[in-house]
Amino acid sequence: MTHLLPLYGFSAAALTGGVVMLIARHPMRVALALIATMLSLAAIYATLGVHVIAVFQVLIYVGAVMVFMVFIIMLLDTRDPSFVERYSRLLVPGVLVGALLAAGLGHTVASGLVAAPVNPAPADFRLQPFSVEFLRTYWLHFELTSVLLIAAVVAAIAVLQGRGGRRGHGGRDG
Amino acid sequence: MDSTQLLLALSVALFTLGLAGVIIRRNAIVVLMCLELMVNAVILSLVTFAARAASASGAVLALLVFVVAAAEIAIAIPIVLRLVKQRRTLDVGAYAELKG
Repeated sequence: MTHLLPLYGFSAAALTGGVVMLIARHPMRVALALIATMLSLAAIYATLGVHVIAVFQVLIYVGAVMVFMVFIIMLLDTRDPSFVERYSRLLVPGVLVGALLAAGLGHTVASGLVAAPVNPAPADFRLQPFSVEFLRTYWLHFELTSVLLIAAVVAAIAVLQGRGGRRGHGGRDG
Repeated sequence: MDSTQLLLALSVALFTLGLAGVIIRRNAIVVLMCLELMVNAVILSLVTFAARAASASGAVLALLVFVVAAAEIAIAIPIVLRLVKQRRTLDVGAYAELKG
């Protein structure tokens, strides 16, 4: 059972981060709680032996997405009412929906439908088969994601620059 | 409770917390971060199954999901910034006419 101890610890840390995200008032604290959750998840991936995914989790999520998020929070006005008042009018239905979903999914997990005996597989995950499969079988998907990223960058620039909707842009459409 | 079941339970808990956050929180940036939490919960279950099967394809799929989530946030943040520039507030309740 000792090998499960790190998993329990990091799971507790991730869960704590998720709860703090719900109750923290300032978005910066929510962002820090989310970073803590992501780091705990990266530690869980490393414990499972999937080190590649753990590295991606830290590099992409914590290193890129959350730094971006923190910069955006610093850009925003802290006198905004949404910084003071945490919850919207949907507080009660939201908590109800969450409880119902947790009960349903938790029942499915607890009933053991998906818990076949674990083979000692985590040690079997190796970087080399992953890389070979990645660049032999899935190279087209990889290229498609790069196209998707370029499309996202172009769309972000278009959204930020489109003044008043029609003016200036859209001219090349016709 | 074995490790698969533990991690799936954690995934359920994080997904639920994220969904509750998307519904109940007022600040648009916080709503986006709760969306990220939901994506992370889904990736956790994906990686759990991939690690259990020692599947390289599962890890590739997880990587692709990472990239798609990064693209999603790269387009969501400018939309939020644009809304804030127009309406001067981050309160998602102020954009009620987006309901259609």
